[in-house]
Amino acid sequence: MSHALLEVENLRVAYPAREGGHSEVVRGVSFTLGRERLGIVGESGSGKSQTGRAIMGLTAPGGRVTADTLRFAGMDLQTITPRERRSLRGGRIAMILQDPKFSLNPVMTIGAQIVETLRAHRKVSQRVARERALEALATVQIDDPERVYALHAHEVSGGMGQRAMIAMMLIAEPELLIADEPTSALDVTVQLQVLAILDKLVAERGMGLVFISHDLRLVSSFCDRVLVMYAGRVVEAIAASELHNAQHAYTQGLLNCLPQLGAARHPLPTLARQPEWAL
Amino acid sequence: MNAERGARAGLSLQHLRVVFDRFVAVDDVSFEVEPGGSFGIVGESGSGKSTVLRAICGLAPLAAGRLALTGSAEPALPGSKAFRRQVQMVFQDPYASLHPRQTVDRLLAEPLAIHGIGRPDEREARIEQALDDVGLGQGFRFRYPHQLSGGQRQRIAIARALILEPQVLLLDEPTSALDASVQAEVLNLLEALRQRHGLTFVMVSHDLAVVTHLCQRLMVMQRGRAVEFVSADDLGAHRVSADYTRSLMQASLGFSRAAA
Repeated sequence: MSHALLEVENLRVAYPAREGGHSEVVRGVSFTLGRERLGIVGESGSGKSQTGRAIMGLTAPGGRVTADTLRFAGMDLQTITPRERRSLRGGRIAMILQDPKFSLNPVMTIGAQIVETLRAHRKVSQRVARERALEALATVQIDDPERVYALHAHEVSGGMGQRAMIAMMLIAEPELLIADEPTSALDVTVQLQVLAILDKLVAERGMGLVFISHDLRLVSSFCDRVLVMYAGRVVEAIAASELHNAQHAYTQGLLNCLPQLGAARHPLPTLARQPEWAL
Repeated sequence: MNAERGARAGLSLQHLRVVFDRFVAVDDVSFEVEPGGSFGIVGESGSGKSTVLRAICGLAPLAAGRLALTGSAEPALPGSKAFRRQVQMVFQDPYASLHPRQTVDRLLAEPLAIHGIGRPDEREARIEQALDDVGLGQGFRFRYPHQLSGGQRQRIAIARALILEPQVLLLDEPTSALDASVQAEVLNLLEALRQRHGLTFVMVSHDLAVVTHLCQRLMVMQRGRAVEFVSADDLGAHRVSADYTRSLMQASLGFSRAAA
């Protein structure tokens, strides 16, 4: 792909270790992303969220990010100024976080938060911003945008809050969306509605999507391509439709240990972790 | 350990109703679990499934209905100390349900102290036994919860429930905070414990596959009401009658572009 939206080569993220030195949580991750849906799957501690945060420039203080290449739309993310980085964040690159309960501002109305995002990136009047925010809420299938606009985060359900966050992230029309477990805090039925909204937006706007999740089954049904991470490394990159032919023992083990409807296995196969996976 | 446990107990709920202020959280729910059986409750958040469990163990007030242990001539009455000992609960989030400043040893000793069980040396033996039961071993005894992984914490929560040798175990989403591979280990552990100790399970989950793995029968709840009772086999074969159950089943298969 000549015009990759995002190019990542040998990305490493390290944090100071208690006993001195650094411990690497992301160890040489490489991938390129076009206008497609890329899934990153792994267990807690595999480095999948740290990868997303490093791209976003949200690595926690003290963390050290290095990469041979970290380029977004031809721009070198490692050399641009913090100011330029800031204007990208929420503008051309947006991120959806896991739990709307913790990631929405509790003392601002939902509408005010969406307007704030828009006005941080586009020169529009308050009135236009309000109209755009209402439109955005309607896009994510909120039935009564006027009402939700005036509500605070604690007054809406999890599904509604997550939709509001998607509306907020999409209002500046980003080219790249990083979704970190966007539906894990939601009920299965609501989960699918939120995914359908995301899917439609990706298809209509031609966005690139990085979908980070621990749920292999969900990712494989939603994404085009999947990176499987273990201990900070990508152990396998595979087309989502080919997941059942996964080569790596870890991917196979992850798929295999899920209980399945209508195929009872007692006891469930468990994952026998091999030390060489983490090398 | 089995012998001293005595007769197995089942559970019977009739026309259970739980009301918070004016909100009816659980409305006219009835079910029976035979001694040694396992029963699942599924539904989305707010459907009242966790409230049913909390009502059983006395954490939510009953507005109406009857709740009783079955299987013995003189079952312990709800609210009595004996009932609280025989019915134990494992909560969803092992990061929240263990006291962060108590060691595993103290966490496990607490229920024994509350119920006045055993002399100190007997308590020692019980704690060791409980740790062995959940596959952790003695090395974990003097650790704090923050020194344990999520799966290890949930094992401690299970050990804390089992240390009182209950007959009924209430499981509120016991694996939903865990990674898939750890979930498989905890599910296998629960299944083995149920067989070994003849426990009766009532398990709540939003994941149909997890519930049908552990439970033979299940109840689907929506807005405080039971919409369907179905056996795990029927569910596995997609023989369900309620639309809501069907939509849950569809959802558990993952995202489908055609349906969206």
